[in-house]
Amino acid sequence: MSTAAPVRSPLPGRTRSPRRRLDRRGWLFVAPFLIVFALTFLAPIAYAIQLSLFREQAFFGGSAFVGFDNYVEVLTDAKFWTSFLRVLVFLVIQVPIMLLLALVAVLAIDSARLHASGFFRLVIFLPYAVPAVVATLMWGFIYGGNFGLAADLNHLLGHDTIQPLAANWILTSLGNIVTWEFAGYNMLIFYSALRVIPNELFEAAAIDGAGAFRTILSIKLPALRGALVIATIFSIIGSFQLFNEPNILRALVPNAIDTSYTPNMYAYNLSFGGQQYNYSATVAIVMGVITAIIAYVVQLRGSRKGM
Amino acid sequence: MTAVNTARASLKPRRSAVLTATMTLYLVYTLLPLAWLVISATKSQPDLLTTPSLWFGHSFALFGNIAGTFTYDDGIFLRWLGNTVLYVVIGAGGATLLATAAGYGLAKYRFAGRRAVFAVILGAIAIPGTALAVPTFLLFSKLGLTNTPWAIIIPSLVSPFGLYLIWIYAAEAVPDELLEAARIDGAGELRIFFTVTLRLLAPGVVTVALFAVVSTWNNYFLPLIMLSEPKWYPLTVGLNQWSAQATGVGARPIYNLVITGSVLTIVPLVIAFLLLQRFWQSGLSAGSVKQ
Repeated sequence: MSTAAPVRSPLPGRTRSPRRRLDRRGWLFVAPFLIVFALTFLAPIAYAIQLSLFREQAFFGGSAFVGFDNYVEVLTDAKFWTSFLRVLVFLVIQVPIMLLLALVAVLAIDSARLHASGFFRLVIFLPYAVPAVVATLMWGFIYGGNFGLAADLNHLLGHDTIQPLAANWILTSLGNIVTWEFAGYNMLIFYSALRVIPNELFEAAAIDGAGAFRTILSIKLPALRGALVIATIFSIIGSFQLFNEPNILRALVPNAIDTSYTPNMYAYNLSFGGQQYNYSATVAIVMGVITAIIAYVVQLRGSRKGM
Repeated sequence: MTAVNTARASLKPRRSAVLTATMTLYLVYTLLPLAWLVISATKSQPDLLTTPSLWFGHSFALFGNIAGTFTYDDGIFLRWLGNTVLYVVIGAGGATLLATAAGYGLAKYRFAGRRAVFAVILGAIAIPGTALAVPTFLLFSKLGLTNTPWAIIIPSLVSPFGLYLIWIYAAEAVPDELLEAARIDGAGELRIFFTVTLRLLAPGVVTVALFAVVSTWNNYFLPLIMLSEPKWYPLTVGLNQWSAQATGVGARPIYNLVITGSVLTIVPLVIAFLLLQRFWQSGLSAGSVKQ
């Protein structure tokens, strides 16, 4: 590192040359990150785009350039759209429930009316530390008829009423696992957004005679808007990426969850079950683009609302 | 009621038993599956299938199960634990260092192209990580990296969320005047970073480290596609393999070991979160200052 006589600009932005000197040294810190980032993000994206424009040749070997043929095929692929609609339904139902649960929890914890609120905060966040594999295996066992809670309850009722692993309940059961895993994490995101509201605001509201609900409506919810937008975007991305939970649960219920249950499972099984790498990459790109567009729209709407 | 009284009542409201009771329901929802898991870990395989699920079995088999978990299949579980620790130490450790350096660089140096870097990284957060998995696998396979620890470690090194958090944190926590003073004293940029900056960024760094540790420790999809030999598996993929061998042809159910192994997988992270809560809670709050 050159540390030659530090040139100091008396006021930032006034003199040009010392600023330039200072400027370039920033790359020293940013470059290592960017190099790994390029290798693990940019290169795979470029490679995926390249793959999506070619197709394996069944008889001649190698692959041929096919332009946008793969994209046309994905967009008219019934399996793809079925899996897409499934995660869309999942998203539209599970995400609001999870975020509402997190919101109610954080408002209760932050209300100062809760006994042992620190304990509640910690325990509710705890599932975040549980790997998706363990969470899914655990819930899978609980759902199961062998030695789970569901079996015990059915035994108690004397009837097989509770069938979380039945084909028509499996999406709900998956929603429960994901909600259990991530509601606490979202609660914590909201909590840190509430922590930075200046105290004077609450004092002023109290002097104006605002009660608990008025404070929530006029101060806390507006302060949470940014965090809510971010949590919504991350949840949308998470839902469209849904893979771990259904893929692990599939071992228990191969008939209720097929290999193209979610778009991601479809892409995965195309690659590792069918060696259709080009088509798999195309599915991944289409999903990525749809996700990015929806996340962008949510962000635009979220930051405009009520400004 | 006078205004002052109202103010006092609102700022220090009475604790509510109803609210606490309602929230306790949520607590039960959170803890019930974990309680089931821990209780089940104390049961032998026959007890698991025959005794009520939310109470202990005839024998207390926890220690036998732990011993069984560590010795089954020539102690492969210990190997998986070792792999997980390796991936976490190098992957999450490296991710923390890279994100901290880059976040600090972006916050405190006004170099050309800074905005572009920001846009690219934010854009990357929106890309589904799993959408990248298949192309990454194919790319790594060309480079001969698949089925080696590097296939897990290299992608773990990038934490756009960590970079973002440190960036926000550094802008507030590292005063420009201090950096200038250190430069006047003749300290180089790297020395300033390691001696001055890191100390000021500590709560943010602990937060980023903790979240990087969790995501690496819990990583399932990446190792699932990258690794073909069990000897490189982390705990998550190994446990799922144990669970999967209970079904299908030649099934050898070892549910008691899967359950005990699951408990053993969770315990280190829970302890880390409990011990470090003072740090990550303040680190996260700082991260949302600018939201």
